[in-house]
Amino acid sequence: MPTIRLDNLVKRYGNVEVLHGIELEMAENEFTVLVGPSGCGKSTTLRMIAGLEDVSDGEIYVDNKPVSHLEPKERDLAMVFQDYALYPHMNVAQNISFALRLARRPKSEINAKVKEVAEMVGLTDFLGRKPGALSGGQRQRVAMARALAKDSGIFLFDEPLSNLDAKLRGQMRAELALMSQRVQKNMIYVTHDQIEAMTLADRIVVMHGGYIQQQGTPEELFKRPVNKFVAGFMGMPPMNFLDGALEERAGEMWVTGDGFDLRLSGEIAAKAKAHSSREVTLGIRPSDLNFAEDADPATALTLDVQVSEYIGAQSVLLCKCGPAQVMVEVNSETPVALGQTLTFAVNQRGVHLFDRTSENAL
Amino acid sequence: MRTAMANRLTPYMFMAPAAIIMAIALMYPLGYMVWGSFRDWNPSQTIGEAEFVGLKNYIFLWNDPNFHESLIVTLKFAFFVVTIEMVIGVGLALLLDREIRGISVLRTMFILPMMIAPVVVGLMWRYMYHPTVGTFNRFLDSIGLPRVDWLGDHALTSVIIADIWQWTPFIFILSLAALQSLPRSALEAARIDGATAWQQIIHIKLPLMMPVLIVTALLRLIDAFKVLEVILVMTEGGPGLSTEILALRISRTATEFRELGVAAAMSNYLLILLLLLTVGMFAFNRWQEARAARLNALVEEES
Repeated sequence: MPTIRLDNLVKRYGNVEVLHGIELEMAENEFTVLVGPSGCGKSTTLRMIAGLEDVSDGEIYVDNKPVSHLEPKERDLAMVFQDYALYPHMNVAQNISFALRLARRPKSEINAKVKEVAEMVGLTDFLGRKPGALSGGQRQRVAMARALAKDSGIFLFDEPLSNLDAKLRGQMRAELALMSQRVQKNMIYVTHDQIEAMTLADRIVVMHGGYIQQQGTPEELFKRPVNKFVAGFMGMPPMNFLDGALEERAGEMWVTGDGFDLRLSGEIAAKAKAHSSREVTLGIRPSDLNFAEDADPATALTLDVQVSEYIGAQSVLLCKCGPAQVMVEVNSETPVALGQTLTFAVNQRGVHLFDRTSENAL
Repeated sequence: MRTAMANRLTPYMFMAPAAIIMAIALMYPLGYMVWGSFRDWNPSQTIGEAEFVGLKNYIFLWNDPNFHESLIVTLKFAFFVVTIEMVIGVGLALLLDREIRGISVLRTMFILPMMIAPVVVGLMWRYMYHPTVGTFNRFLDSIGLPRVDWLGDHALTSVIIADIWQWTPFIFILSLAALQSLPRSALEAARIDGATAWQQIIHIKLPLMMPVLIVTALLRLIDAFKVLEVILVMTEGGPGLSTEILALRISRTATEFRELGVAAAMSNYLLILLLLLTVGMFAFNRWQEARAARLNALVEEES
């Protein structure tokens, strides 16, 4: 429900600064996912919003009111932890109702609420069980139910699915997506898994090294990454990077490197032309390379296929392009033999260029 | 065939020396004591010369008001000592379970009393309790309060205080270890759920520490029944029988009254008492393990 604003948020442990001035605004009822590799500061940011970590500098505003001096319980939020953080000595019903009991709500209200959220997450038959007698997925649901029961406006998730096995994770992810549509809350979700980020988020915030790299809708981040880090982080299999140089020949922009010589067209060509440095990194997603024997060599890559990874309808080919490795996603029906040298047409709208030194997108 | 047999015997061969030493060092004296307790036995006699009297020693003690008195003193001592030590020890652990400057020095200091030999503790406290030159009475003098007859009228209280001073650290370190192994995230969840510091202690910390606390209390209880040196040095059981706990009475029965049979019988009563406590502790552990196993089985069944 409420809006949240992080204003120049800084976290230091002793002399080490781990968050360098995070600026972020989360609108009402938005599902924001903070994503990044380990140690990027995403969990720390979340824990600062929760009030579990002190704010070293800057301020957190909830509905334009500063909250960084408040205790967690005064911040109107609920949180789901990575290890679920259930109270082992209480049964499911007691776990769910703990916050309500502390708030001394009337018994009838507590019972009704426990029943409601237990139904919502499918735990009705397990209310009398202790967490020790539940499976991982059930514990996860209890953690979710406990957070739901609080009825707070802000819902925080700290890698809630990372302790589950792959199948269960997919299932819980779907349930989470469903739940986020039903309950109107401001949700902030931390994960290192970009698939979770893509599937759940209204807005993704990519963090790295204590800085926000980019924020936007999943589509924006996937299609228009602002730098090489975001480009490489979002998308599976990851984007291919090839070092090359920009050249202008007969009025047309080319990017050439060891094993490739590619003509640019459209928007990206204009950007390349305007760019001052000639040293760039070419980025192409595996899905933007299409097997085409008769492709125009000026808009195609010629690759040596080394390994084919069959993953069902799609296969991922690991290929060599000069010294660099390139992954290509193809339909599994494509007739490919290992050791072949094949031509793949490059989808011109999928061509990304990054400055070699700054790593920013052109 | 032969190798298989030898293989099966190997572990027992390795265990044999330890088993033999255990038998000699533990079972032999114990058996000797039980055997002796059925005899009217004077230290100048060998056990063979002593007259066999059956349960006479046990029956005598059962009806002996002095033994009753001693038993009551022991129970009183153990109860107060363990209760107060638990409250203070756990309280200190709750207070010191945080990261502040110099906390490790502070923790070490709290543990020091436990490292001092009991005889030294007894001597130290005897001097501090001394009616005229002792620390406490001199302090009372200096602030104009009347002196207290520490080891006279209040002897039992005084020895209880000394024991608390020495053994609270034991409970403190075990509680602190229990506290620090609590799941951090559950406590964070409690903070988010709105629990105050006090509510966190009542609803989360203490219930989760309970298994450790119960075992700690039992260990201390067993120890408290056997305490000897501190009281021996401080009061020698006096005045009257007011601080004559069982261990002390046993030692005096054997050395002063020269009644080894009665002393042995008394030891056996104490042993039975301690056995009951120990069995209680084991039963509690077993019950907990069984419960955990049952829960795990339940989960496995479902998944």
